Amino acid sequence: MQPLVDLGRRGRELIESFGRSGQFLFGALAGMPDPRVGFPLLIKQLYFLGVLSLAIIVVSGLFIGMVLGLQGYTILSDYGSEAAIGQMIALTLVRELGPVVTALLFAGRAGSALTAEIGLMKATEQLSSMEMMGVDPLRRVIAPRFWAGFLAVPVLAAIFSVVGIWGGMLVGVEWLGVFEGSFWGNMQSSVDFSSDVMNGVIKSVVFGFVCTWIAVYQGYDCVPTSAGISSATTKTVVFSSLAVLGLDFVLTAVMFGDF
Amino acid sequence: MSSTSEAFLRPHIELKDVVFSRGGRRIFDGVSLRIPRGRITAIMGPSGTGKTTLLRLIGGQLKPDSGSIMVDGQSVPDLGRKALYRLRETMGMLFQSGALFTDLSVFENVAFPIRAHTRLPEDMLRDIVLMKLEAVGLRGARDLMPAQLSGGMTRRVALARSIALDPELIMYDEPFAGQDPIAMGVLVKLIRDLNHSMGMTSVMVSHDVPESLSISHYACILSDGQVIGDGTPDELRSHPSDKVQQFLQGHPDGPVPFHYTAVAPEEDWGIAGRGR
Repeated sequence: MQPLVDLGRRGRELIESFGRSGQFLFGALAGMPDPRVGFPLLIKQLYFLGVLSLAIIVVSGLFIGMVLGLQGYTILSDYGSEAAIGQMIALTLVRELGPVVTALLFAGRAGSALTAEIGLMKATEQLSSMEMMGVDPLRRVIAPRFWAGFLAVPVLAAIFSVVGIWGGMLVGVEWLGVFEGSFWGNMQSSVDFSSDVMNGVIKSVVFGFVCTWIAVYQGYDCVPTSAGISSATTKTVVFSSLAVLGLDFVLTAVMFGDF
Repeated sequence: MSSTSEAFLRPHIELKDVVFSRGGRRIFDGVSLRIPRGRITAIMGPSGTGKTTLLRLIGGQLKPDSGSIMVDGQSVPDLGRKALYRLRETMGMLFQSGALFTDLSVFENVAFPIRAHTRLPEDMLRDIVLMKLEAVGLRGARDLMPAQLSGGMTRRVALARSIALDPELIMYDEPFAGQDPIAMGVLVKLIRDLNHSMGMTSVMVSHDVPESLSISHYACILSDGQVIGDGTPDELRSHPSDKVQQFLQGHPDGPVPFHYTAVAPEEDWGIAGRGR
């Protein structure tokens, strides 16, 4: 009987947690502070979440593009179609790897930092003191961070894809000797703006929304102790990664599943 | 009529039959309390009796299960979000940890509530912040970051921040905990001087008996979810309750037992029936 009771309790706690995170999201979405105060806060968070993530995004994009170039050349040259390497790299990055890998890297670098920062603010009573000063932490702390993460991920994903294509070109054209005209020409003729680029952008917008939501909620809702913050940070990375991979399948099925 | 009695006629804070539970444990079981306006009130009691919880109930960060909490004539649990935040603009709270914003300098920490609630020009804001820092003796520390401050200095900066908007009510959560004698003396002086010069209602939660009784006009002792004694410091010192006397004199054993409830020692060590 006890396992059944525990299962029921866990189920109820999970539903309560979903409810709380929904309320929390509404508070953050509805609560952007007065632009005079909110805009500088947003810019500061865009710097922390976006600009400071650039290094890992650029380096990862470059190496993933180079690996795609190398692997693509090895496989395609067996069929004498190495000229198609440009379109293969571009489609892989724009449709899939750009949004997905960027979101995973963002969750690991910026999402975990967001959770730890907000959790520590909670543990050191900074959020409580803000409330007691008549300042709503949802507006002052959460909203700028949420919007900054939401805006940063699509831009980072675009940069990731561009750098990845350049990395693929370095390997394919400069190193392995694929004709440059075929590389760019095939890419231009096969990558469609609305069905490939825009679908990639939509994915990265969805991933940015979900990853930032998970990160700020885990920080705000954590148990304010060292163990609680540690657990919340781990949950941010695990839940964000699973959510990104699961949503990627759903979105891909909706966008490209018209067989 | 004494001035404290007059203050009682129009209490700043009034709690009636407040019941509050958390995590299945009843923390307050019908607490009633009147906190006089413009006076220093000390709320004391053993650790874990819910003294900080009481401040959070007064500030509207927690809601009671039942009972009423009136602050300045307004029922705190019934206030909407906007009204509650407006009421909080008239309150200051000194947290036990100081709760300074670690990414802001001392100056910006004190300026924070002023920037949030007013649109004062920068030069006027600077003058106010420096006046508040001067009041706590830390005008020279304006450019330091919180990580560079000692525990006593952190609490003084937090005090300057909590009086930045000249509140009518200020709540101190364990202001003396973990302070060296000099820092404690400074805080005692500051709390007394601020109450005297600004005339605000001060509610101080503490278990430092001598310091609290030396500056308070009125004090009450909480234990087991109830008020077990209240009155002026002199009235409390001669209170007939054994529990009150045990707390005030710091006896290790008495109505509040030294041992946490446990099974009989014979049972734990398995010595029952040995030697037979």
